[in-house]
Amino acid sequence: MSRFNDFRLGFRDGAPIGFGYFTVSFAFGILASQKGLSVFQAVLMSATNLTSAGQFAALDIIYLKLSYYELALTQIILNLRYFLMSCALSQKIEPETKLKHRLIASFGITDEIFAINASKPGKVSPYYTYGAMCIAIPGWTLGTFLGAFSDNLMSESLKSALGVAIYGMFIAILIPPAKKSKNILAVVVSSAFLAWLFKNAPVLSQVSSGFTIIIITIVISAAAAYLRPIKEQ
Amino acid sequence: MESGNIYIYIAVMAIVTYIIRALPLTLIRREIKSPYIRSFLYYVPYATLSAMTFPAILHSARSPWAGGVALFTALMLAYYGKSLLTVATGACLAVYIIELAII
Repeated sequence: MSRFNDFRLGFRDGAPIGFGYFTVSFAFGILASQKGLSVFQAVLMSATNLTSAGQFAALDIIYLKLSYYELALTQIILNLRYFLMSCALSQKIEPETKLKHRLIASFGITDEIFAINASKPGKVSPYYTYGAMCIAIPGWTLGTFLGAFSDNLMSESLKSALGVAIYGMFIAILIPPAKKSKNILAVVVSSAFLAWLFKNAPVLSQVSSGFTIIIITIVISAAAAYLRPIKEQ
Repeated sequence: MESGNIYIYIAVMAIVTYIIRALPLTLIRREIKSPYIRSFLYYVPYATLSAMTFPAILHSARSPWAGGVALFTALMLAYYGKSLLTVATGACLAVYIIELAII
């Protein structure tokens, strides 16, 4: 009963994520088709990877026919944040959770699904994560399918507008906790400032965007943990 | 190894990404006691998402002005507690309208 309840709650909280993914993956599908992937290949990539930044970056690597090694390295850099989120989730998930459930829930670690898990008070059940996955993964995959399918039907202005969907989604996740906590607000603002610096400063702008995100995450989180350790609940 | 097979590309990225996700959650079974590491992990998602969003949102549309207005719209909607879907849709609409006006 409580498993079902956890699943239902996850599904409910995951619904807006599923819709958000739909718009972003729609944009991904369009781009994938432009870079030479078939509809099936684009959908296969979305269904097996479930990662926004990693998939967008992979399209260029595949288009340029770069090495598998280079693709693997790019994915490690862009997705290393999932490693950190997985560490955080290991502390958040019910401690008695069995290995098979940990293995299944791992597949669902994305920025947004992690964010709803992290914002729940207390420990979370893997069934909550499953509920969110059951709507987020179809949203991501279906959007890819329709985007790849309808690439030629879309106007340039519509494609451009869909391109900001993912950032709108990130902002919706960041702002509510930043409103409640000055420490989180400071982390958000200083990370944004550093990202701006990496984009525009002479030497720093040579660093790839994947590395930039990892460097900023580690530096800012370490500084925040040192200066403003969280109080135990 | 010769490159160029799209299915091998997809398999490589899927496997690498899954291993990154699964290792900590399956291997870390005990509670991390160190308040420093706990605090570090607590701040990680906020730092990552923020660094991914700014300033990238400004360059995501065809016009940086449209990106700027999208950023402002999303911040406002999120500040007033609107849902994920509303904020994302609002940002898209902002770009669409601004670009309609200036391009």
